[in-house]
Amino acid sequence: MMHIAILSGKGGTGKTFVSTNLSACIKGSTYLDCDVEEPNGSLLLHPTITSKEVVTKLMPETNQDICIGCRKCVDICRFGALAFLGGKPMVFPEVCHSCGGCTLVCPTGAMSEKPQSVGILENGTFLENNHITTGILNVGEASAVSLISAVLKKAQNDTIIDCPPGSACSVMESIKGCDYCVLVAEPTIFGLHNLKMVYDLVRVFKKPYGIVINKCEDESNLIDDFCKQEQIEILERIPFTKTIASNNARGHLAVTIDQTLHELFSDLANKLKERTSL
Amino acid sequence: MKRILVLSGKGGTGKTTLTATLVQMLQIKAFADCDVDAPNLHLICAKKEWEREDKPFLGMQISFIDQDKCTGCGKCVEVCRFDALVKTATGTYQVNPFNCEGCAVCQYVCPENAISSKDNITGKTSVYTHEDTVFSTAQLNMGSGNSGKLVSEVKKNLDDAVPKNEGIAIIDGSPGIGCPVIASLSGIDLALMVTEPTSSGLHDLKRIVKTSKIFATKIAIVINKSDIDEEGCQLVEAYCQEEHLPIIGHIPYDSTVSKTINKGENLADIDCPSSKAIGKIAEKIPSFLEK
Repeated sequence: MMHIAILSGKGGTGKTFVSTNLSACIKGSTYLDCDVEEPNGSLLLHPTITSKEVVTKLMPETNQDICIGCRKCVDICRFGALAFLGGKPMVFPEVCHSCGGCTLVCPTGAMSEKPQSVGILENGTFLENNHITTGILNVGEASAVSLISAVLKKAQNDTIIDCPPGSACSVMESIKGCDYCVLVAEPTIFGLHNLKMVYDLVRVFKKPYGIVINKCEDESNLIDDFCKQEQIEILERIPFTKTIASNNARGHLAVTIDQTLHELFSDLANKLKERTSL
Repeated sequence: MKRILVLSGKGGTGKTTLTATLVQMLQIKAFADCDVDAPNLHLICAKKEWEREDKPFLGMQISFIDQDKCTGCGKCVEVCRFDALVKTATGTYQVNPFNCEGCAVCQYVCPENAISSKDNITGKTSVYTHEDTVFSTAQLNMGSGNSGKLVSEVKKNLDDAVPKNEGIAIIDGSPGIGCPVIASLSGIDLALMVTEPTSSGLHDLKRIVKTSKIFATKIAIVINKSDIDEEGCQLVEAYCQEEHLPIIGHIPYDSTVSKTINKGENLADIDCPSSKAIGKIAEKIPSFLEK
């Protein structure tokens, strides 16, 4: 069973395009949408939703009747999430990290924690026997990490993890448990600059990796040059055509209508199976 | 100073290209890149001869365990919610700096006083200056949190470097709707939202519009690559009408864009359909700021 993370650094290079089409070419696989701020996989996979779950984080709450105003909770909080107003603590949930410190130090039990929703998981099925879980972050919620870790618990069989853009904590969380990273790059100087960042990230986490170049218009491009220089394996080259772009724009899954792309993604699936079975 | 923030929800819709072009067309003297996860604006807008001041950015302090004092009792592990403590071969504990959020609860429970806080560099800020132009940007270290804090620092650096209350500042934002985007939205006079006529472009636009409405930010919509799908474009237009969001302009798909960017050149210097369309947007911006 392989767990493959698809990441890119730059947004819009085709992470979701690659992840969805790849999972569609692996029978019984699971597609996990960890780009919980802007999840788009279901727009291409059109799953049948079978269940929804609320994911929560713990938020402190004060029982003003028991609170003796000792200030210990305010003093231990490093995030400025508690203010001392009128002799009693007041919670600012937007900046709270749910570390539990305030509840731990409260001598009277006036501070307790209550679950609060950060987002939902949508579980479903697509094609014959494929599974999908999408994390959808609540609008206005700043931290995606707890929701991503809930999505990742749904990994089963061969799993494809569609990561968020960037190379910060949410991407790190998404690739933590994977066996192999596919870096999707587009041949622009922006694409190359952000590729270098995720390239550093996968090496720090000692993950095996390979590159898929998307939107190729010329025979050779600046991503090719970088891969040659760094001796990185190029797994596939996906051409840029107006048909591919417009099918994707309309939410049509490429591998179900384009035989060439079906072959390309099946070949990618086989390569990944080989790379992870070593 | 009036502040314009460029956002999109979905990545890769053209935020940075639009920002760079507008900066040059409107002769903006103050601009910033708040996409600290994956900054790219400097590749087009910063010139080699410009002066640059770099500073390490300190995020939250994180915990550090004195290996001589640690007895391996494990009390810290019991309270840590972030999976940040790792057992060493000798039975003591160490902090995984990528996971530690700096809550210091482990320090509170450690019976040996073996744990203290230490500074944690999570990125780098850069301020470019050239004559009366200021460009503030930053790069978050890979795997780091604190991106919201770094975004606030980039904006503060811009404010500190330019004289107040005059002109327009343009800020390139991050994709998504989370921490860095929320931090970038404070004190913004106009959010330019770049979308594309695709199902994901529209889906993500809806989420970023909702997020911005929490901050009551004024919004104007740019539809990029507007001609790649006529039907998709109509769907975006219909949504904007429903939500009373003004469309400030359409930009056609133009293969000149990636060729120009790849040479490190600014689209404002090229005569092509997309730069003409952005020119029209630039003309409308002052009136949108006044409305």
